[in-house]
Amino acid sequence: MSQVIHHEDHYDAEGSKIGMWLFIFTELLLFGGLFLIYSVYRYKNPDAFHLAAQELELFGGLFLIYSVYRYKNPDAFHLAAQELDTTIGAINTVILLISSMTIAMSTTALQKGQKKITLLLMVTTVVLGIVFLVNKYFEWGLKFEHGIFPGSEHMKTTLSQGEILFFGLYFVMTGLHALHILIGLVLILVAYYRITNGTVHANRPSLLENAGLYWHLVDLIWIFLFPLFYLIH
Amino acid sequence: MQVSSPISQQVSYLEYQGKYKGLLGWITSTDHKRIALLYMFSMMVLFIVGALLGLGMKLELIAPGKTVMEAQTYNAFFTVHGVIMIFMIVIPGLPAVFGNFLLPIMIGAKDVAFPKLNLISWYVYILGAILVISSVLFGDGTPDTGWTFYAPYSFKTGTNMLPAIFGAFVLGFSSVLTGLNFIVTIHRLRAPGMTWSKLPLFPWTLYGTGWIQLLATPIVGITLILVALERIFGIGVFDPALGGDPILYQHLFWIYSHPAVYIMILPAMGAISEIIPTFSQKHIFGYKAIVVSTLAIAFVGYFVWGHHMFTAGMSNTSQYAFSILTFLVAIPSAIKVFNWVSTMYKGSINVQTPFYWAVSFIFVFMIGGLSGLVLGALTANVYLHDTAFVVAHFHFIVFGGTGYAFFAALHYWFPKMFGRMYDPKWANTGWVLFFIGFLALYGPMFYLGMMGMPRRYYDYLEQFHSANILSTLGSWVMVFGLVVIFVNLFRSARNGAPAPVNPWNGKTWEWTVPSPPPVENFDRIPEYKEKEGPYEY
Repeated sequence: MSQVIHHEDHYDAEGSKIGMWLFIFTELLLFGGLFLIYSVYRYKNPDAFHLAAQELELFGGLFLIYSVYRYKNPDAFHLAAQELDTTIGAINTVILLISSMTIAMSTTALQKGQKKITLLLMVTTVVLGIVFLVNKYFEWGLKFEHGIFPGSEHMKTTLSQGEILFFGLYFVMTGLHALHILIGLVLILVAYYRITNGTVHANRPSLLENAGLYWHLVDLIWIFLFPLFYLIH
Repeated sequence: MQVSSPISQQVSYLEYQGKYKGLLGWITSTDHKRIALLYMFSMMVLFIVGALLGLGMKLELIAPGKTVMEAQTYNAFFTVHGVIMIFMIVIPGLPAVFGNFLLPIMIGAKDVAFPKLNLISWYVYILGAILVISSVLFGDGTPDTGWTFYAPYSFKTGTNMLPAIFGAFVLGFSSVLTGLNFIVTIHRLRAPGMTWSKLPLFPWTLYGTGWIQLLATPIVGITLILVALERIFGIGVFDPALGGDPILYQHLFWIYSHPAVYIMILPAMGAISEIIPTFSQKHIFGYKAIVVSTLAIAFVGYFVWGHHMFTAGMSNTSQYAFSILTFLVAIPSAIKVFNWVSTMYKGSINVQTPFYWAVSFIFVFMIGGLSGLVLGALTANVYLHDTAFVVAHFHFIVFGGTGYAFFAALHYWFPKMFGRMYDPKWANTGWVLFFIGFLALYGPMFYLGMMGMPRRYYDYLEQFHSANILSTLGSWVMVFGLVVIFVNLFRSARNGAPAPVNPWNGKTWEWTVPSPPPVENFDRIPEYKEKEGPYEY
């Protein structure tokens, strides 16, 4: 008889949900620290943040016209690349919103006992999450190609300190967020496995519910990151 | 609620034979009592390392100039001493050891809410400890920044900082998981009839601590990650050369690390609040005041971090605000002292080793607390900042507070944990030696700081010599006291007389179960009726 045996029948859906919420608080505070740093530096370097954010501007067409007036020597190729990755930012926002919907739907489906639909919706969520990461990969890749990455000589010689800070935070925050996407995906896959082997079902849905909660958190953080880096000037 | 094997009710958690034998049976066990002992023994090993480092520093300071080590070695000593003592001993100390062991029993539960997570927390703790230790053993030089990892030095120095920084981050993660576990446990697993107003005070303080762990630790987590990224990639966030602000690092660090002081002291106060009523055989005075002041400390403690940075560069307005808040946070601590003293008043006091530790706790805690007010006053702070006075202050609070409470708790609950009584004569001898050594070690530092001796220097002026000799002698007496205490407890755990169920006539529920407790704690989940409570003598 193993030491852990007497815990196995202890199931407290309410308790595990409280636990998950508490953990989400800590995650929010983790990013909270970064948001704090972001706002301090934004306050200290309003112009540089303004400028750097322009480079992540959403509406490429408007941006081109706007920037012709704004900058003396706009490098067309450079701008085109920037335009592309900011469009990716918008697409990614939509992707995450849809994935939040599908994971919420999968929880409902599980409660109704529709196992196949649950699994299908979970797979959809995972695929959307992966698409998000692929997009992110290309977005970062373009930045790297243009010599914009932490510690690059290009940044130190051509960008102001405020812009370096902006991009430093951009990489840290979107990178940490991407890491959370990965963790969220792993959680959903674990839940998927537990549903297929029958240990998570309509009467014990906690694991899927908590994975869903976590996924919503990841989504929510992106909802804050997106305007901070792409929309606010 | 739980299905149990019939045997486990008779077998104590120490003897219980699970799936695995020996050590493996311990490190795979999700039993909260075994996890508590895992923490206790790993902490003891680390504590010995930390104490030896402290002893080495005091030896260096026995005479001016170089005595036994170079300046750089001394820097490494105080850094590793600080990291070990703060992150691995005093922050997790009481919650991880006594909280784990006693929280479920005191609230009438069979285990914590998430037993597996509890075991994972211990593994995370060990991983963090290994990371920190590896920074000493490998790489180009031991970390030399002090335990605060101040930017920009922490990413400019050539020493092996990364493992130490990640180690501190990982240890914080372990602390978050423990806090989360305790909060859910207290919300969900209290026995029938145990309302919030009948919750014993040790669990109450663990509850307050849990919230601080949860809401403060992530900030230092992200800050440490940023320092690490700064070191690896040069993101610029704290690097003035790239536009970053090192003062911002200090803010973020202390936003966590000041509340962390309350993570250390709240459970200590909780343990004292259990011990004093038991040895006074009297209802705790002002139960509600203690609960409210616990929560008030947890809350106000968030808003005083700036008092670590009065001289680092901040506006006058912020200085005033932080200074006033610092004075405010002293009030709930003082309320507790009044409660403890009033509990003893007209009680029938039973003077035993835990009681000695508890009253000496009050004594040193008051010295530590009042010297904290000296430092919280703006003018005095400018003069005393970064002197030995600060070192004396926080050792009186952290070691004098948490350390004394830890030993009080250890002598109080030892019979319950190991099922054996210890020799009270040796235990008292150990306490006397420790107490005298402690005062001789840290007392002179108040004087030295007032006279202007800076902290963290391996050298000093000739005029500080005599007080430093006293301090070093004190360190020897204190460590000798520690040896007496540990040897006595180790011998007693093996050969002591069997402990009765309730050796001190305590009223909380851990004194209703056998010593040592059976695997599942209770045959039947206990229950409080209308007029019953944890302190009804």
